[in-house]
Amino acid sequence: MKENWPKIVGFLLLLAAVLAVPHFLQFHHQDLLIFLVINVLVVTSYRLVTLTGEWSLIHAVMMGVGGYTATLLFRGFELGMWFTLPLAGLVAAAIAALLCFPLFRMTQFYFLIGSFAAGEAIRLCWIEFIIPFGGTGGLSGVEPPFVFDIDFLEPIPYYYLTLAIVGLCLLILYRIENSRIGLTLHSVHWKAPLAESVGVDTWRYRALAFIVGSFFVGVAGGLKVHYLGTINPNQFGIGFMVFILIWVIVGGYNRFYGPILGVVVLTLFDESIRQFEEFRPAIYGAVLILSILFLPKGLESIPARLRSWAGGGSDREKGKLTDG
Amino acid sequence: MDNPILEIDSVTKRFGGLTALNEVNFSVKAGEIRGLIGPNGAGKSTMFKNIAGFYTPTSGDIRYQGRSISGLKPHSIAEMGIVRTFQETTLFQELTVFENVLVGCHKHARINLFAAIFGLDRARQTAAAQKVEEVLEFMGLADRRHQLAAELPLGSQRALAIAIALASEPKLMLMDEPFAGMNPEETNHMMDLTRRVQESGITIVLVEHDMKAVMGLCGYLTVLNFGQLLAEGTPEEVRNDKRVIDAYLGGAA
Repeated sequence: MKENWPKIVGFLLLLAAVLAVPHFLQFHHQDLLIFLVINVLVVTSYRLVTLTGEWSLIHAVMMGVGGYTATLLFRGFELGMWFTLPLAGLVAAAIAALLCFPLFRMTQFYFLIGSFAAGEAIRLCWIEFIIPFGGTGGLSGVEPPFVFDIDFLEPIPYYYLTLAIVGLCLLILYRIENSRIGLTLHSVHWKAPLAESVGVDTWRYRALAFIVGSFFVGVAGGLKVHYLGTINPNQFGIGFMVFILIWVIVGGYNRFYGPILGVVVLTLFDESIRQFEEFRPAIYGAVLILSILFLPKGLESIPARLRSWAGGGSDREKGKLTDG
Repeated sequence: MDNPILEIDSVTKRFGGLTALNEVNFSVKAGEIRGLIGPNGAGKSTMFKNIAGFYTPTSGDIRYQGRSISGLKPHSIAEMGIVRTFQETTLFQELTVFENVLVGCHKHARINLFAAIFGLDRARQTAAAQKVEEVLEFMGLADRRHQLAAELPLGSQRALAIAIALASEPKLMLMDEPFAGMNPEETNHMMDLTRRVQESGITIVLVEHDMKAVMGLCGYLTVLNFGQLLAEGTPEEVRNDKRVIDAYLGGAA
């Protein structure tokens, strides 16, 4: 128990910083902060999908499924956010469950392409079926909740609300990953035949990770549309999907916090080079290439590297660099 | 033969034009160590994959405890109590020894999503951890429980592969070349372990090229050659069977 206190103190400090940060920011940055917290949920839920070793290209579209669900429920049935968020997750999970049947007949590259095609098919529905999805222009008029005189249209209250919901979702995802289910997902990833030989139904576990991951990204989509107020198909295209992949790869995907580190650091970085305008994509790209070259295991591997330099490589012998 | 746990009933497996197994018949008694031997390419591993559900026989039937299992998925067959170990060392290299065996407990320790999130089902998880300790003790791996599988010496890696299989509480274990690449000391140790597994009540079918191990362990041998059943008998009978000698020496003897 005693050796836990640095962790507890660290967590409390982090919590204090996260709670205090919007008060030091301008309006524009408060907006970005909210989207950052939502994107933390996007990458963490994506991590659950990748635990089985399958990298899908449909995660961004699943976020859109959640967003459109929340939008239609809000506009059509005047349901508040407390109902639209869980339903956004459930609808995304249900569509993911249906897609399991065709998609999980494939693995690796075929799965990657298959998931992309399925995602584009869904996105095309949003474009082509103007009723009810609004076509390329999308839909608008979605509002955040209004409770006890707190107007969640203001960024700071909505930030705290988002923080609480995303925090709860992260806790659930963390518990899943650190339970027996997480261990089984790892086993499906690394040695599927061995896992099968002791009775693991690999199809079921791949499907489980995909469905649960889609649920949480659906919730993230709902959170986003309730703040932004509008939704359109281009928000969830391959461009956003590539950003998700970049965040996860640059952050590192061997630990729970890796993708979170990736999305936070890269978002801050992207903001800090805003003044360079036309050079921004080039700088961003260069940093990506450098980080992949020099930190193939992602930002999360930096502490272990520092430790191994400081300790003359003694951690390497203990396997600290290779675990996880 | 009384009380067969496994019956192979004229099993044929074709891959396109290639017949890997041709009308093979044999059955395995509960409690024995059966050797399945033959020259390279005789169809031994193909037979294992058919039994374990990784392949489906083209024709014929495989029965386990009287029930047909051909065409079932590997995890369903594992569920019924058949476990296979793999050629070479197939382990979860990046997990610890303890975690490797914990994966093996899947059949008895799996949990649903809600139990995982809310931390229910502690009793079963504790029971699984105890089972892992028992198996590690049994296989002599208890001291290495926190080591990564990748860091173990060869002998311990093979023992761990068997430990994972044992954790699933099988009735029938299919062992695919567990002695390959071992030095005499490791071979002796592995033979002891294999006997102890049998004494704990598990039937074993052993595919192996190491004749010392096969002759020392198995009470009865089944010999395959070019996908066909060549001979069956005690190690003594098989050793002196002219057809077997010809098959191994390519007819030159």
